[in-house]
Amino acid sequence: MTSNDDQTRPTEPVMGDMPEKTDPLDHLLSVDEPEKTDLHDHLLTVEEDLEGNTDRSYSQGALVLRRFLRHRGAMVAVGGLVIVLLLAFTSIGVGPLPGWWPKNYSDLYPLMNGGAPTMKLWPPAIGEHPFGQDTIGKDYFAQVMRGAQISLFIAFAVGIMATIIGTIIGAAAGYLRGFVEAFLMRTTDLFIIIPTLVLAAVLGQMASKAGVIALALVLGLVSWTGLARLVRAEVLSLREREFVAAARAIGTPTPRIIMRHILPNALGTIVVNATLLISAAILIESALSFLGFGVKPPDTSLGLLISNYQSALTTRPWLFWWPGVFILAIALCVNFIGDGLRDAFDPRQQMD
Amino acid sequence: MTKFIAKRLGISLVILLLGSALLYILTVNSGDPLQDLRESNSPNRENLIRQRTLNMRLDVPWYLRYFTWLGGASKCLIGACDLGKNIAGQDVTSLVVNAAGSTLRLVVLATVLAIAIGVTLGVVSAVRQYSGFDYATTFMAFVFFSLPVFWAAVLLKNYAAIKFNNWLVDPTFSPVTIVVTALIAAFVLQAAMGGNARRRLITFAASAVVFAGVMFYFDAVTWFRYPSIGLPIYILGVLGAGVLVLSMTSGFDNKRVRNAVALTAVVAIGGYAAVRGLLMESPSTPLLLLCGLAGLVVAFLAGWFLGGFSRKQAVIASFVLALVAAFIAISDLLLSNWSGYLKLQSRPIPTIGSVTPNFTAGYWGHTIDTLTHLLLPTIVLTLVSIASYTRYTRASMLDVLNQDYIRTARSKGISEGKVVTRHALRNSMIPLATIVAFDFAGLIAGAVVTETVFGWQGMGNLFRQGLLQIDPNPVMGFYLVTGTAAVFMNMIADIAYAFLDPRISR
Repeated sequence: MTSNDDQTRPTEPVMGDMPEKTDPLDHLLSVDEPEKTDLHDHLLTVEEDLEGNTDRSYSQGALVLRRFLRHRGAMVAVGGLVIVLLLAFTSIGVGPLPGWWPKNYSDLYPLMNGGAPTMKLWPPAIGEHPFGQDTIGKDYFAQVMRGAQISLFIAFAVGIMATIIGTIIGAAAGYLRGFVEAFLMRTTDLFIIIPTLVLAAVLGQMASKAGVIALALVLGLVSWTGLARLVRAEVLSLREREFVAAARAIGTPTPRIIMRHILPNALGTIVVNATLLISAAILIESALSFLGFGVKPPDTSLGLLISNYQSALTTRPWLFWWPGVFILAIALCVNFIGDGLRDAFDPRQQMD
Repeated sequence: MTKFIAKRLGISLVILLLGSALLYILTVNSGDPLQDLRESNSPNRENLIRQRTLNMRLDVPWYLRYFTWLGGASKCLIGACDLGKNIAGQDVTSLVVNAAGSTLRLVVLATVLAIAIGVTLGVVSAVRQYSGFDYATTFMAFVFFSLPVFWAAVLLKNYAAIKFNNWLVDPTFSPVTIVVTALIAAFVLQAAMGGNARRRLITFAASAVVFAGVMFYFDAVTWFRYPSIGLPIYILGVLGAGVLVLSMTSGFDNKRVRNAVALTAVVAIGGYAAVRGLLMESPSTPLLLLCGLAGLVVAFLAGWFLGGFSRKQAVIASFVLALVAAFIAISDLLLSNWSGYLKLQSRPIPTIGSVTPNFTAGYWGHTIDTLTHLLLPTIVLTLVSIASYTRYTRASMLDVLNQDYIRTARSKGISEGKVVTRHALRNSMIPLATIVAFDFAGLIAGAVVTETVFGWQGMGNLFRQGLLQIDPNPVMGFYLVTGTAAVFMNMIADIAYAFLDPRISR
């Protein structure tokens, strides 16, 4: 779901796509087209604004932002992700900072009602242990929040690291060509031929003893390959454009051309795939912890919680359901945000 | 073209070699293989450590061990693999051969199913872009894409196996279940069929009645304990498939293709009616293969001799029909033997392993046993990869539907169904060829997690055990298979791409 390298052309002036839109044949032939949605109408208003008001112009960034803010799925996902983030990081606090939830994830509390969840939908009540308690009486809400914190930390750290590595390698390979490109791309192939999960498992086995940060580091080191390929493809087409030739003609140094002229134009590809990297990272982290190559006790993560309680599904289902629901919710929100960004960066979006 | 492929293959092999060195170094350094012995309190601890050091040649530097492995592995080229021994002294080569068999069975089946379902969903949601069906499919695709595999697998184990087995003891539908299921299924179907309000209403009502009727019938004859398709439904199925294949390929007006397909259908029905008794009584794999092959040969000959100027189309159409007919026949045979299997195995859907140990039954009993073991892991892997196929097909289909030649086809007055199936669908399949290749290699790795949950003795288990015990040989055996599969599938993708899109090979 990541290949959009040939679709994202942010530099292209949006007006460039207009003639096709106003093609009279289009109206004749599209009578049986399905109904247009609100979203579509919104996009059309942006377009009409452009056509009508010649005195007002929108920058590329403003257009992208407008389209993103009007993507309903993405906005719901942003809301969902913000709620999960707030819940995870404010409830039990981070490090020395205390949270608003009175219990913590390591203390034992007397088992109540076999540890069943006290949360009720109607009448709405949170109770003593909203997500229940585990077999020895630890508060499960605090444990899930702790797991979510670690999983989210790893996901974002991996996403940021892999994006930086992938962008640098892809941009260098695409712009410099020749020997550098051959070397960098064969290195990428080398990382691709060993499945990501396998490489991550081997490295995770080494790193997981050193803690969560080390695990995030090695996961970042193996996840950049797809992005590097996409960025290279994007840069390959951008480097042949006139504005790059102009920059080169006036003697701009290579690093500056890449940083100031090429990468801003490849931003769409990079941002969209960075979000997809985050959702992939959260799934890989949980799969690794499940297999026993990821986060190790006393640290906890959502994958580790599921792994610990996979046999509890029939007897204490809440121990199994909650961490899974959180992984699913986080990954789903991030994927929807990625989809919204892809649509927002895609200049052709206005046409269909 | 040949030169291009040879060059790609050469580079791939070098990368495969470098990858093996990388993975070997990482695995050897990922821990201490003597850990468990060092911590043990057994009196002969020193002796055990010495023995394992000798067996795993831990006294030799890692690069020498790597070159020994490489030497053994390179013998695979001349057909005499030697992948060394694992920590327990078992021969890794035979372990890999067994494991690869069961994993490939799983992955191939999941890929085929995912492509079939994913492409269908993708095409329908592209054709009905921005409809309720499109939004629902997109949402479900995202859910499956975001699903943690192991979590879904454990849920399936509980609900699709344990609860289903409980239900199967006395398989009845309550009237409420029948009504609700039929209404939901009919609602989904009308959303997929589309059209105006009246047509949707008719589709909804008709399909609700059909679904409810079928469920009522299944309930009345306790179909889930004594299922069967039988010859009459087989005939209907083959005829229906024939009509579908015709409408997808040449249409009903081409007399030559129509005759070829009709002949294939008649031969399939007659042939199956003749051999069904034999296949039920004394089945064997060669006999089944022989019957299937005979059907395919007949289909080929019918297409070749009746096809005339549309020979190619006729051959393809009757070939596809023969494959579908064979599939229906196998389903019929399996279902007819289901009640016999239930007598031996009262809880038919297993949650663990790839075969029931010490299970004695006839040919069909064993086949059903293998298939029921495949069921849950296949569903899990299929669910995960359906999502990407649906999204890719939808995107590629939308792309094609905006092309000029589709506009031309529509303006010629060709019906919308023909435009979609014959002009758009085929061209939108081209980019999918590359994705299938990548996905297949990725799925073998994804099977690591699935196999752990379902306790399969496959490649994933081999890798996981090897890594946990810091035992490089099984890990490298795993890599040899997945890496070669990745190189091989990429190769096929390149060739298929050039074959499907003549613009590329030029």
